[in-house]
Amino acid sequence: MSAAIVEAQAVRKAFGRTEALRGTSLAVDEGEVVAVTGPSGSGKSTLLLCMAGVLRPEAGEIWYDGRKFHDLSEGDRTRLRRREFGLVLQFGQLVPELTGAQNVALPLLLEKHDRGAANTLAHGWLERLGALGVADALPGEMSGGEAQRVAIARALVTGPRVIFADEPTGALDTVSGERVLGALLSTARATGATVVLVTHDNRVAASADREVVIRDGAVEPAPVPR
Amino acid sequence: MSIGHVLLGVLAAGPAHGYDLKREHDSRFPSAKPLAYGQVYSTLSRLERDGLVEVAETSQDAGPERTTFALTSAGETSLAAWLDEPEPAGPYAADDLVRKTVTSLHLGADAGDFLRRQRAVHLARMRELVALQGKTADTDEQIAVDHTISHLDADLRWLDTAAARVAARGKVLS
Repeated sequence: MSAAIVEAQAVRKAFGRTEALRGTSLAVDEGEVVAVTGPSGSGKSTLLLCMAGVLRPEAGEIWYDGRKFHDLSEGDRTRLRRREFGLVLQFGQLVPELTGAQNVALPLLLEKHDRGAANTLAHGWLERLGALGVADALPGEMSGGEAQRVAIARALVTGPRVIFADEPTGALDTVSGERVLGALLSTARATGATVVLVTHDNRVAASADREVVIRDGAVEPAPVPR
Repeated sequence: MSIGHVLLGVLAAGPAHGYDLKREHDSRFPSAKPLAYGQVYSTLSRLERDGLVEVAETSQDAGPERTTFALTSAGETSLAAWLDEPEPAGPYAADDLVRKTVTSLHLGADAGDFLRRQRAVHLARMRELVALQGKTADTDEQIAVDHTISHLDADLRWLDTAAARVAARGKVLS
């Protein structure tokens, strides 16, 4: 039991012989924006995907809102991921055959929302993120920054309590990245959502409330000012 | 006075002449400007005046008189305090971070710990600047802040690379 909204406790995860996480623990409080940084291959994306319930750790536990994530039924886990978690990846991962608005509405349709209401909500989020101009465009017709705004709108449309973002500005230039990140964080702060973001960009890390450094699959102790 | 502290760091290994100090400095910092003899002797006389070094021996063989300097206990304290204290996140002479880290490594100190604390200082400054950037809509001001952020970013990348090299060296040694 923990006061944190999402927490990894002594999580271990390996891919073949490579140990990505070696007993990693991280607790994130509700409403907090935490940047996870560290060298390439340090395990930061693996930690994020374990916390988001996408990957299952071999040992250790993921807690969400006072419940052990893997004690829930498969159906409950899926519902939780769809309703309470938002996931943003580096390259948007939009469905190429769907328009911007259809991509954003997708999580609502999977949850059996009314199509008209889903469409209205999708347009509202696109407007809030400054991407209404690509509502009817296909992902192939969007710039990297536009696609990433659509991906963020899709992650936010269900009103998630936790947003997990893996290098959300990694494919963007500085100014586009700043705008996309600004849109994500201002929305999260306005709605009180918690954000866990993996980044190798120091500007992004400096936009978070707290930085956690991962090295060799373990969290580095926070430096103690003397 | 970071050159003074670099010289104190060399003297921590044992007493040395001005010539040895210059040679050791130039070998530790091959990408920096070589020290001029005049600068070595003026720095040594300032360190001596401040009680941080003392004359250990004066000898004269065939050539000119040679003075060997040694670290005093006040010099040791001053060196330890310098190594322990992260640099402010600029503006500073670009070499100061390098001088401190390399001197730490030569003395077998935990440079990794210093680098982590230094990163925290830089990131805190960057956090202030990013927040400032978010508040201003003025392009001139944004551009000026971008310049400072970009330099901090370069230092942060260097700190990360240095930490990775220190960690890799630690693995080889263990």
